[in-house]
Parts: sequence; structure tokens; C-alpha cells
Amino acid sequence: MPDRPALLTRLRPRGAVWLAAPAVAVLLLVLAYPLAIVVWRSFTDPALGIDNYVWFFQSAVNRTVLQRTFIVAGWVTLASLVCAYPYAYAMTIAGRNMRLALILCVLVPFWLSGVVRTLAWVILLQDSGVINSMLRGLGLSPVKLIRTLPGVVIGMTQVLLPFMILPIYSVMKGIDTRLLQAARSLGAKPWRAFLQIYVPLSLPGVYAGVIIVFILSLGFYITPALLGGPRSTMLSSLVQNQVLSLLNWGRGGAMGVVLLVATFVLLAMAAPLMRQKHSAARREA
Amino acid sequence: MNAPQRSAGAAIEIRKASKRYGAFTALNDIDLHIRPGEFMTLLGPSGSGKTTTLNLIAGFTDISSGTLEIGGKSVTGLPSHKRNIGVVFQHYALFPHITVGKNVAYPLALRGIKGEDRDKRVRRALDMVKMADFAHRYPNELSGGQQQRVALARALVFDPPLLLMDEPLGALDKKLREWLQLEIKRIHRELGTTFVYVTHDQEEALVLSDRIAVFNGGRIEQIGTGRELYDNPATLFVGRFIGESTVLRGTAEAAGSDTVMTVGDRKVLAHGRLAGDARPVILLRPERVALKRPGADAVAGENRLTGAVAEAIYLGSGSKYEVRLRDGTVAVVRSPLGAPDFSIGETVDVAFMPADLTLLPDDASADVTLT
Amino acid sequence: MPSFPRVLLGLFCLLVAVLLLAPTLVVIPMSFNGNKSLAFPPDGFSWQWYENFLTNPDWTTSFTNSLFIALIVAVVATAVGTLAAFGVTRAAARTGGLLRALLITPMVVPGVVLAIGIYAVYLDTHLVGTVTGFVLAHTMLAIPFVLIAVQASLEVFDRRLETAAGSLGANRLTVFRTVTLPLILPGVLSGALFAFITSFDEIIVALFITSPYLKTLPVQIYTSITRDADPTVAAVGTLLFFATSLIIIAGLLFGMRRGRT
Repeated sequence: MPDRPALLTRLRPRGAVWLAAPAVAVLLLVLAYPLAIVVWRSFTDPALGIDNYVWFFQSAVNRTVLQRTFIVAGWVTLASLVCAYPYAYAMTIAGRNMRLALILCVLVPFWLSGVVRTLAWVILLQDSGVINSMLRGLGLSPVKLIRTLPGVVIGMTQVLLPFMILPIYSVMKGIDTRLLQAARSLGAKPWRAFLQIYVPLSLPGVYAGVIIVFILSLGFYITPALLGGPRSTMLSSLVQNQVLSLLNWGRGGAMGVVLLVATFVLLAMAAPLMRQKHSAARREA
Repeated sequence: MNAPQRSAGAAIEIRKASKRYGAFTALNDIDLHIRPGEFMTLLGPSGSGKTTTLNLIAGFTDISSGTLEIGGKSVTGLPSHKRNIGVVFQHYALFPHITVGKNVAYPLALRGIKGEDRDKRVRRALDMVKMADFAHRYPNELSGGQQQRVALARALVFDPPLLLMDEPLGALDKKLREWLQLEIKRIHRELGTTFVYVTHDQEEALVLSDRIAVFNGGRIEQIGTGRELYDNPATLFVGRFIGESTVLRGTAEAAGSDTVMTVGDRKVLAHGRLAGDARPVILLRPERVALKRPGADAVAGENRLTGAVAEAIYLGSGSKYEVRLRDGTVAVVRSPLGAPDFSIGETVDVAFMPADLTLLPDDASADVTLT
Repeated sequence: MPSFPRVLLGLFCLLVAVLLLAPTLVVIPMSFNGNKSLAFPPDGFSWQWYENFLTNPDWTTSFTNSLFIALIVAVVATAVGTLAAFGVTRAAARTGGLLRALLITPMVVPGVVLAIGIYAVYLDTHLVGTVTGFVLAHTMLAIPFVLIAVQASLEVFDRRLETAAGSLGANRLTVFRTVTLPLILPGVLSGALFAFITSFDEIIVALFITSPYLKTLPVQIYTSITRDADPTVAAVGTLLFFATSLIIIAGLLFGMRRGRT
């Protein structure tokens, strides 16, 4: 349909795009160029070729770390999803004050500095820490959580949980509850209505949250470094080690590129998924 | 109480103007001359080009070809903020973050008018729209009608020679609209500024305007006073768009200087002939048609078509009937007070004189736009 | 919904809330610990860790460094990001979408990969351990936040107000100054706040480009955690927590007073 203007047509001067030039310049300098260097060095340091990548994938230790990084990311994503979904749902059905309280609980963690938060988890998880004190108080035997993978998962989940809750909540907010009522009036039991109508409509938010949390987990660095021990090293720690301690840009770069590629592949897979489902929800809702 | 001498209204001269958006032509070669101090309404359905024309005059968009002069000077290429024209928008566009008073003072501040002079002019503008007591309120505290009045004050406070209004009353309810129409008319009379008003409501156009330009599909079909457009429409579109009408179609033959049209099973005589070989239709105004009992009260020379009453509406000042004729056409008839009443289903004759109709070339687009 | 599942849901949410709040609930008491240990529950009560933070040059310098850098980043990133938001919102649809996706990449790229790249570049250009280096890197990281915040305001901004202002005689710059900017100020200010926090809290890149002469607060905290069990970190965390809460509450109150728009 041709562009029929109202009196106050949005004037679209072609010059507007150039306002973004300073931002793009900053990104070129401090993002594009450094990333290009990383990729470049992964293929040229110490010699031209794919030696660094070969080294990375051949080493059993490295492969374990890679595997572990993905597995941990998977566990964290799953744990976040399990915690976030009911929480987000509760936020939609809560009264005004309760909802405010719930939202506050999601936002308050952001006010604590990221590094400090990790320290808090050290305190919570350590042998003489809070959790073990409570377990001892209940007469149960203490559990070793510090410097273990479960400990890392718990810590990372707490940090990333808001990133799962918020996208799911924002989609759930838009779901028309009358659809559930309609389903029930047609004879569906409450649980069926929920599973067959509500859950599918909430999926765009779930996909968004899952992708965000998984990608962030892959790149996570501080928390696993402080909470985990040598047997729970993640890929990002390896990268840091290669570059900062060993000054080996080739190998560090290669691992960085692996992380980068994994991230972008996930994003590419997720984008069409979210767009398609999103429009379906809009059409139905 | 009378306003001091204001600048006289500007004339607007639009010649052979076109506006194209890519492949789409919004305005096709239009000519429009607006006299100084005139109240001109641009009337037409959505997408007819009336708003585009307003955009061109205001400077919100550039003309693709043709010339545009305001006050005798060409304004092609002149940006809108240099044209010194007041504009009133459909959704008021009052600045929400400042008070009514500051809103009205805004154009004065831009022109370097400060202090007591500014305050005086703001007060005068608000008085003119009867909103003087609201100077310290914020726009979101006002109703739609009040906001529109403030918008009008803001657009006039700097004494522009030209005021443009884009369907300003469209978002308001009927009674408010009617009241504001009269207020706008009054202000126009007081100021002598040229007003150009855009609307799709032909009744509104008839109430407000000195002249009306009827737009259709990017062209102007006719420019004239309300009376001229009603009594002597130049095209079928204008005839149908303004007021109510009955359109008769059938096979036509010349008969000397007149035309005879076969409508259904009857012959209808029309004075005059159409130039060229366009197929003619007959346009009838409801007030020029009378309802009579079949065969009764014959008058020499009158045309009569028989049909059945489909709708009978009592209006207080008379009655309005819709009669379904034998060939399916629905005739609209207004009977004055005192004329005989007819009931639904009754067979009646629709009677009209050959001089009381208008012959017009048929135009397929004229009917489509009115559904 | 019948009440039994609701009770269950409520309990579950309580547990999740506890999980979310646990670090905060632990750090605040720990900051008053009488002993120099991180054992929980803390033993005794003392202000010494706050004192340590306010007097120990390691802590005070790193704090002022972070503050200084974050303030500059807030200004620069907000300016650059606001311009970008205009560019993205007012460009043709596809270009705008592409541009926005591009400008969001700092959020998406794994921090450590960015860090090693920036470190490499800075080593060559002698920007390691410099304020300029920090400001550049942090600005890049902050731009997405500013962009999102300002765009949110821009998208609900009625552009017809700009056209109206133009018709009344205002040129482009005046329109921006008197109409647009006042009305998108909430977005711009929250963008500035996010930019500040992003810079102040930034640890990943900081760990690479820090130097003994220029340490930021997060680096100092990190070193402290890995070196010894010092409750000063808890004191720092608590102070920052309350400072952030105050700023946000002040911002909300300010926003409510302007709520008429």
C-alpha cells in the first residue's frame, strides 16, 4: 500500500543515520579491530596456519574443558529456567504490591557489584559457610560445595536468573488471560488449558531467556574462577591463562574464536525461532 | 475588546502542482488560488490529496513539480519554520512538559518577543479562544476540546497571515464539534487571516467555508461556494459527495437541445445536453423532488417515475423518504411540512421538473468512494 | 486457580527470592565482622572494615579511579549513545534495525574475548593502565545500554510535537533543545546511570588492562578475594549497594514528580 501521508508525516531525512557515526566509530576502534586481531593472531601466531586450533582440539584436557563449559552452561540454563518460569508466572498473577516485591527481588541483585556477589557465594558455599552451617544445624552432614561444579552452577544460576525471569515475564504479561477462560469454557481442564494454550504462548520469552542465559554462561569467567577449583576450569579461564600468564595470543585467540563462533551460531539459530513464534503468539493473542 | 490591527491574510497561489512518492502520485497537477482573508476548505475522502496539499503549503513536504506562492512570494525550498504560518493539528500537538501559557508563548519567544508585550499577546490569544483561566494548567489536565482551543491560540498568537487546520475537530464529539465550528468561524471573521481547512466532512465544510475545493484521487474536481457546489456540481463525484442526491441511469438520446433518458420503463426529459460523447446520468437533489399519489396532481412537463416507499423518516421540519424505483434505483426525497404523508410499502410517483435536475457525465469512481 | 497449587507456587517463589537475595543478605552482616575471616555467621561487631576502606590507600585510590573513569564514561557514552539512538530510530527501517543489532554486539560478545583483543591493541598503543584506555573500552561496553534506554524513550516520543514546533518557527536545534530533549530526558538519564554502573562495576576487561598505577575498584576487590579473607570487601559491597539504592530511589522520585508528562 503506497505511503499515504497524514499532515504530520514522519520526515525521514537521509542524514539521520549519520548520527550513529560516533558510536560506530567507537565500536570499530575498540570492538571490531580488537576482535579482528584476536582472529588474526589465532591463525598467525606463532606461524601461519591452523596449528592453534589443531592443538586445542587434540588436547584431551582442552576438549574436557570445552565440554564442561557447554555442560555447565546447559545446567545453569536449565536450573534458571526451572526457577524462572514459575516465578515469572507468579509475577503475572500477583497483586500489585506482591508483584512489586517480586520485581524488587529480581532487580536488587543488580545493585550488588558482580565481584562482591561472587564473594558472597564463596561465603555461602564454603565448608564453614552458611549452607553447611544450616545443614549442620538440621543435623545433616555438610556437603562440599566450594570448588565443585555444583557450587559453580549454583553461583552462576543466581547471577543469571534475572536474565531468564525478565524476558519470560515480559512475554507472559502480554498473554490474554481470556484465552484460558475460553479454553475452560470449551471444556478443557485447567491444567490442560495451561499446558496447551498458555505454555506455547509463553515460548518466545522462554527462547529469549534460554539463549541469553546460555550465551552469558559460555562467556562466564569471574564466578567459575573464584568458586571453582582446578577441576572445574571453564574455557574463558583457559583463555585468560594463555594470554595473561603465558602471553600466548595464538592459542588464547583460537579458544576465544571457538567461544565467539559458538556464541554466534547459537544466536543465528535462535533469531528465526523467536521471530516466527513471536508472530504466532501475536496473531493468536 | 476589539483586537488591534492585524496583518491582512495572505493569498496562496498553487499552479500545476504535483506530489509523487515513488511510484504513487498523491497530487496530480492541481491549480488552486486562495484569496487573502478567505476561509477555504479542502474537502474530500481519505487519500484524495487534501492533506498532501496542506503539507505542501505548510512546508512539511516538498513539491515534486509546479509552483507554490504564498503572499506573492515563491516558497519552494523554504523550510517550514521560516514560513510564518500557523498550523493546527488533528491531535493538538501541545507540548506536554510546559504549561498552557508557555505553549502559547512559545512562538513569541522564538521571535524574540519578551516581557510584558509577550504576556499581553498570550493573554489576548487565550481570551480569543476563551481559555484565559487555564494559562497555568498543563495540557494533560485539559479535555480534547480545551486542548484544541489552546492549539488554535498558539497558532494565532504570532499573527500569521495564514492559518492551516488539518481536521482539527475530528477527534471530538458531535456537540463539541458543532460549537467549535462556530467559534472558528467567529475568530476568522474577527481576524481576517486566511484560513485553509482540511476535512472529509462535507457538512462541516458547508458550515465554515467561503469556498470549498473538492479533492478526489489527487485532483481537484471543483472549486466554489457551498451553494455553487450543491446546485451546480461539475462532476458526479462532487454531486454525490456534497449533500444527498439521487442518481438516475439509463439509455440517453439527444432530442434537439435536450436529452431524453429511458429509466426503467419511463422516459425522462432533461434540459440541456452534455458536451462530447460521455454517457450522461441525471442527478436530483432531494428538495427538488416531490412525492405524489400515482397518476394524481399532474403538472405540465413534469417527469414521473413510479416506485415503492422503502423508508419514511419524520424529521420535524419535514419528512425524508427513500423510494425504490422500478429499475432498482433508490430515490431520496425530502418533503416539506404540510405535504401529504406516505407509508412504507405504498406505491408512489416521484415527480421532478426537467429544469430541476443536473446532467453529468457518468463516473465509475464517484459511487465507489461513497460506500 | 485452587489454593493448593497457589500455596505451592508461593513457597517456590519464596525459595527463588531467597536465592536471589542470598548474596545481599550475607554480605551486609559480613561487613560488620569482628574477626578478619569470612566464616559465617560473623563473630562480633566492628566498623573496622569500613574504616579500612576509607583509610587504606589501596582502597581509596581504586575507588576514586573507578569513580573518575565511570563519570567520564557516563558523559561520553550518553552523548554518543543518544546520538546513535536518534540515528537508529529515525533511519529507514532496515538500516535502523541493522545498525541497532550492530551497536548491541558489545553485550553479546563473550567478555574475555573482547578483553584479550583490547589488551593486544592496548599493548601496541601503550594504552594499558591509562584512563583513556579504560574510558574507551568502557564506553564501548556501555553504548548498548544507553542505546536501549534512549530508544525506549524515543519510540514513545510523539514526533508530531517536533513538526508543530517547527511550524511555530523553531529550527532543528531549537526543537531538539526545547521540545525533544526535555521529553526524552528520563531515557537519557537512565542510560547515563546504566553507563556509569557498567563502567564502575566492570571487571573482565579491567583485569587485563589494569596496571599497578591504575587499579579500578573491581580489580582491587578481586585481588583482595583471591589473596586473603578480608571482610573489607563486604564493607565495600554494602556501601556500594546502599549508594546504588539511594540513587535509584532518588531517580524514581524525581521521575514521579515529573510524572505529568
